[in-house]
Amino acid sequence: MHDLLTGTFFWIALGICLTGMLVRFVLYFKGLSWQLDRVAYRAHPKAGLKGAVRSIYKWLIPFGTRGWQTQPFITLAFFGFHLGAVFVPLFLMGHVFFVEEKLGISLFTLSAAAGDVLSWTALAAGSLLLIRRLVLPEVRILTTWKDIMILGLSMAPFATGLLARYQVGDYGFWLNMHILCGEVLLVAIPFTKLSHVFLFFASRAQLGMDFGIKRGGMKGTKMAW
Amino acid sequence: MPEGIYCNKQTVDTPEGVNKLLSDTSGNTYYQEMEVLDVDTDLLWKTIQNTCKSRIRTWLEICAHCGMCADSCFLYEVNGKNPKQVPAYKIQSTLGEIIKRKGKVDNALMRHAMRVAWAECSCCNRCGMYCPHGIDTGIMFGYLRGLLYNQGFVPWELKIGAGMHRAYRAQMDVTDEDFVDTFEWMVEEYEDDYPGLTVPVDKQGADIMYTVNAREVKHYPEDLAEAAILFHLAGESWTVPSKGWEQTSLAMFAGDWAACKMQVESVYEAMERLTPKRMVGTECGHAHRATVIEGPYWAGRKDGQPPAPSIHYVEWLAEALNTGRLRVDPSKRIKELVTLQDSCNYIRNHGLKRATRDIMSHIVEPGFFIEMAPNKEHNYCCGGGGGFNGIGKFRKERNIALIKKRDQILETGAKLVIAPCHNCWDAIRDLEEEYEIGIRWSFLKPLLIKMLVIPDHLKPEE
Repeated sequence: MHDLLTGTFFWIALGICLTGMLVRFVLYFKGLSWQLDRVAYRAHPKAGLKGAVRSIYKWLIPFGTRGWQTQPFITLAFFGFHLGAVFVPLFLMGHVFFVEEKLGISLFTLSAAAGDVLSWTALAAGSLLLIRRLVLPEVRILTTWKDIMILGLSMAPFATGLLARYQVGDYGFWLNMHILCGEVLLVAIPFTKLSHVFLFFASRAQLGMDFGIKRGGMKGTKMAW
Repeated sequence: MPEGIYCNKQTVDTPEGVNKLLSDTSGNTYYQEMEVLDVDTDLLWKTIQNTCKSRIRTWLEICAHCGMCADSCFLYEVNGKNPKQVPAYKIQSTLGEIIKRKGKVDNALMRHAMRVAWAECSCCNRCGMYCPHGIDTGIMFGYLRGLLYNQGFVPWELKIGAGMHRAYRAQMDVTDEDFVDTFEWMVEEYEDDYPGLTVPVDKQGADIMYTVNAREVKHYPEDLAEAAILFHLAGESWTVPSKGWEQTSLAMFAGDWAACKMQVESVYEAMERLTPKRMVGTECGHAHRATVIEGPYWAGRKDGQPPAPSIHYVEWLAEALNTGRLRVDPSKRIKELVTLQDSCNYIRNHGLKRATRDIMSHIVEPGFFIEMAPNKEHNYCCGGGGGFNGIGKFRKERNIALIKKRDQILETGAKLVIAPCHNCWDAIRDLEEEYEIGIRWSFLKPLLIKMLVIPDHLKPEE
């Protein structure tokens, strides 16, 4: 089982994820239309690029925008969750060794302690996001079973990973579950709301270009849109 | 396919057509007919397939349902934080639902979507600044309005408004002759006070081509004279076109994109005919957005720019004051608490926050200008934007919408509100009528005229 998960299944999951992301990313930008969107994307490349970079950069910084500043609770929960979700899969020592063995790519590694802190933070923040979703009327009205599933799916690799790490019960079982959850997550990325993993950059780049070219960027204003 | 006599999928293109719609008092029959108006579901789905591409589809798909847009929406706030007023919910339950059902929707859903699109969103675009994914619900509601207009589900007044643009190239039944006559007549009224004051019509190659809002011609013609006086005192070489003088676009509020194109092309033709160095529009937010920001795209201009560089009135005024071409007598500056209404359509959609504040620094005694909170690009809609002001059917909802601006103004303690936008001006006037908070409101032109230093050579002989 372990060999299958780290062998064929891993390659299939990674292949689907990367191909899906690439295809959707290309399709997104191909589907932009200067006339339908009413943004002269090609006519002002410098202003567009500036706006796109600014828009992405501002929203990647905790409290970098008015949106983040006015809602500190979700900002903390959001960044708490996403820091773990980005750094742990990519840079945890076990993951780095695995990637090096499989793909021959060597990445920077997180210490085990940092990995623990980030994983626990992600689980705690994810739980807060789930509670917020169920408690606040303005979020509950938007919530569908898919949103709960996606959040659950995103938290599952952390939960199983920690269970394996602390060797609660059968280590081999939890390790396999952890790998399986990770692979299911990879496959889900291009086809679900998890596509925001990469479409966030596309969407923000588009709005950044919109503001950069048309809605004030060329007037020299620096809105954190 | 039952189509009403008044409420149908046809466009209104002639003065007779406009008059026919107007004869239906308050649109009573129109709205009755709307209740049985068929939805052309094939057309709806075909239109969506042709026009709903990457951007909007991705927005609908990746919306994380996080609800961070809720507090950004003034309508959510003034309606008791009703979850149904959360921007993401409003768009998912209308446009999202139509797309999910591949256009196979019934009359009831279309009427619901009409209510949400015009009475629960003023397309102020504020929520777009608060979404981590960069989803601008205001843009999506603009798109939805187009789909609804195409199917005949549009508020009566806006069907008339779009028809006016089609029939007269103006938002009201003001003809080109009415415009020129009114402008000349108003200027004549003031020529004794300002010797040499004229209205140069159709002058070739002027520095400025001035365009207006038809409401000025119809309801407050003194605004035309005030514009002429200010250009005169600043020593500008200016002109107005006898055709293509109307900058507004109720068609934009209605979602009648073909009429938007007709309207804006009339202004661009005037620019191409008179070849001015630049175009200056009057104190109106949506007019600026329609003609300068969105218009180039309707007209198919790939660079997204009008044929001549075009600026809003506040930009011209700030420039004239900053360069000293207009000078304010310091003793006549405003010496009472005064606040400023930022128009969504040129602050959040064109970044013009600096120009208005430059103007304030010239016309208000230091210490008397009080900013609203929040302000600049984070300011709230006046409460009547996006056509909300003019729709009788949604007057109750519009009056509730005014509460946010009322409270913002009350918090400043100012009794005078400067509103360099027709729509905001109307909304603030209406909120005073509705809630009687004891405020006054003004455009910039009449304030400036009272406080300017008149150069000796332009003074009347004693």
